[in-house]
Amino acid sequence: MSGKVTNDAGGSGEGGEGAQELDAAFFARWMTTAADAVSHEADRLTELDSAIGDADHGGNMRRGFEAVREELGEDVPGTPGAVLMTAGRKLVSTVGGASGPLYGTLLRRTGKALGTGERVGREELAAALRTGIDAVAQLGGAAVGDKTMLDALYPAVEALADSGGKDFEAARAAAERGAEETVPLQARKGRASYLGERSIGHQDPGATSAALLVAALAAADAGQDAATSDSGGSE
Amino acid sequence: MAEANEGKRVGIVLVSHSKEVADSVARLAAGLAGVPDALVAGAGGLPDGGLGTSEELIVEAAHRMDEGAGVALLVDLGSAVLTVKTLLAEGDELPEPARLVDAPLVEGAVAAVVTAAGGGDLAAVAAAAEEAYTYRKL
Repeated sequence: MSGKVTNDAGGSGEGGEGAQELDAAFFARWMTTAADAVSHEADRLTELDSAIGDADHGGNMRRGFEAVREELGEDVPGTPGAVLMTAGRKLVSTVGGASGPLYGTLLRRTGKALGTGERVGREELAAALRTGIDAVAQLGGAAVGDKTMLDALYPAVEALADSGGKDFEAARAAAERGAEETVPLQARKGRASYLGERSIGHQDPGATSAALLVAALAAADAGQDAATSDSGGSE
Repeated sequence: MAEANEGKRVGIVLVSHSKEVADSVARLAAGLAGVPDALVAGAGGLPDGGLGTSEELIVEAAHRMDEGAGVALLVDLGSAVLTVKTLLAEGDELPEPARLVDAPLVEGAVAAVVTAAGGGDLAAVAAAAEEAYTYRKL
């Protein structure tokens, strides 16, 4: 548990409750960790999507997040907000399915809400994430219980907010549980909703990929770069 | 309303998951409307020709169809709707003014092309396309 950049920064900041400990490198690491997770789980996402969708979720998400990885590998923007806005922009332009505008909106609105500071605090991140998730709900016209990514994202951000923005691990667990709890739900949004009751009994692919994104946040926080690539874009 | 456009026509972009659908509906609309040089284009599928929605193709078509009187975007479903909504909500990639029209793709495209060719402004084109929802077939 040796301190990485984020922890060092917390110690040298203004201190106290409002420590601005998360920097652009942390957010870039979140995105590349997410790219690792999405690539690793792409087949599973597609398998879930083949049950109730059009079997393209894994490929679409992998294409999008690999493009994000490439973009951030060339140049990491200077602020947390800019990292997320750049990543979101890339997802919208590369995913090719509904998850592009949905995840793109999530990251762009979250990034926008983070503002232009070079560092942000954990409570700020929790609040910004809620803003981003609300934007996704509005774009898709969906709510919790519709068997969508929101069923993972809202429990995650609530767990995060409940801990004052500190407990990323609780957010990860809540997102994973939320994704699992989509199994008995009937889809009310997206292509799966055409299946009616036949959508019951399958885990929602969007909630599953959303849980991966939250897990990547927790992994980035723990300093566990899931794979070999580093966020710093050293090559 | 023709005067308001100063002779410029409203552009129409048809967004579908399929390139063939988008391009064919564009040709169908121009043909049925009797306007061979109609300012209508398809933005369908992914750049590689696969099924999906491409922000890049939508933005490119919107600029190609933009004469300065605005662009109406008609869409099929799912990611086509969400991608255009996202483009309108964020950023400045689409020409101004651009509008997502809540209309059936085929019937709406015909109504939009007829109205645009007659000099209708963006609001009139959108209204005509939206009204296509009320054309009952039974």
